[in-house]
Amino acid sequence: MEILNRSKKEEDRTLLDDLTQKELSRRKFLRFSGLAGASALVIGSSTLTACNKDDGGTDGVNLGSGDIGILNYAYALEQLEAAFYIQVVATPYSGITPAETMFMTDIRDHEIAHREFFKNALGASAIRSLEVDFSSINFSSRDSVLGTARAFEDLGVSAYDGAGYLLQDVNYLLLAGKIVSVEARHAALIRELITPNSFLGDQVDANSVNISRTPPEVLAIASTYIKSRIIANQLPTG
Amino acid sequence: MKIVNILDEIEKVDPEIYDRLSPRRRAMQQFFRVGSKVAIAAVPFGLGSMFNKAYGQSVPAGVIAVLQYALTLEHFEYRFYATGSSAAGLVPAADKAAIDMIRDSELKHVNFLRTVISAAGATPVAEKPAYDFTAMGTFPTVLTSYSTFLAVAQVLEDTGVRAYKGRAGELKNQKVYLTAALGIHAVEARHAAKIRYMRRLSGQAPTIKPWITGGNDTGIAAANGNYGGATPESTVVQAGITITGINGLAISATAASEAFDEPLTTQEVLDLVRPFGVS
Repeated sequence: MEILNRSKKEEDRTLLDDLTQKELSRRKFLRFSGLAGASALVIGSSTLTACNKDDGGTDGVNLGSGDIGILNYAYALEQLEAAFYIQVVATPYSGITPAETMFMTDIRDHEIAHREFFKNALGASAIRSLEVDFSSINFSSRDSVLGTARAFEDLGVSAYDGAGYLLQDVNYLLLAGKIVSVEARHAALIRELITPNSFLGDQVDANSVNISRTPPEVLAIASTYIKSRIIANQLPTG
Repeated sequence: MKIVNILDEIEKVDPEIYDRLSPRRRAMQQFFRVGSKVAIAAVPFGLGSMFNKAYGQSVPAGVIAVLQYALTLEHFEYRFYATGSSAAGLVPAADKAAIDMIRDSELKHVNFLRTVISAAGATPVAEKPAYDFTAMGTFPTVLTSYSTFLAVAQVLEDTGVRAYKGRAGELKNQKVYLTAALGIHAVEARHAAKIRYMRRLSGQAPTIKPWITGGNDTGIAAANGNYGGATPESTVVQAGITITGINGLAISATAASEAFDEPLTTQEVLDLVRPFGVS
């Protein structure tokens, strides 16, 4: 919350002016995080913790075991996606169209809804807020933002599809199903924004079945954007 | 993938493995050695089925039933796009590639499910000799008006997504079958998003989004049932947790409904597709 308090109006204006510059330096990223936090406050969020030092310790974040572990795994991915779109909406890329702004805002809200759903469903078993690392993303560049969005959405779809069979409770399985098709809708839209008719692209196999990934495969990819060390060795493996 | 080597290894501890598999051994060996991607992708199914048969087990009837249900719907979806694509003057040139892409995707689902069901030892359900794409006159211009065709396509894709979702629980813990079904489910959602986006860009439904907003957002009252049901698409409470305004955040009911797709029961789906001659 200190971040939010530091984010004064005039500072925001300066930050928005900075958006015209090409490179998003590390310093600016940290300041953007403050801005994103302020915007998140408008919609009430307080879980973008890019600068939260008490979260980046050496002890790591243990997802746990069984269905709880899989739900925490989904919660981690939703945290990542929500943090990303909060940033995208707070610092829109150069040349963003009104329709794209609407889509990005919608997706942000969907991902926040997913994140908060898992947080509440997990209750005391929920992992803490993760520290994200978006230093490799240029938020002022459409190509960088949409390319990252595509990667996150495709990753999310493959993650849910690949973890479904590990769930023991059919209610959780149904919930994963309710979310994964929305992630697939996001993925298709983002892909269309990048290249028309790429809604399937390289995400399907020869049978036009969406590819799936195991939790270790997904976490290896996601770790680029998550500073917190995730401990997943208790997850079910089937 | 050295499937045949695996059989040879098993033979060392079970000399009768080939007898157990016979008379399918030759067919299976050829099956595994076929270079086509379809056959390779189907190997896990074929292998599982082979061992199930060899050791006296079988794929649960409930799993077969879900696969047959999926194939029934995929037959219909494929024929819908195939018919639309070849209907003179229906699909504009600019959209032809996308429609054919979805058509081909549905055909791959049909062929895949047929392969899987056969490998599981059952007879794949046949395509109906004819469908009524007007749904008994509800959509009389479906094959002459492109906007009607796209609207029906959207309804069918969204319904397909809901249909798969409704039966996922019956495949619980079935690594191969559930993962495949979820993979098709996600592709149907990609189709749905694409069709919706095409309707938006063409101006036929300028405000529609790739995701389902509230309930029936198609603009076609006849599709109310496709977005309704026991768990309607407008649902904003998940597992007892209210998503609207969750944890004090400004999540609108609109966003809450969009963020989660909802299932249809088997009976709901069968009733919805009956006018098309599917069930």
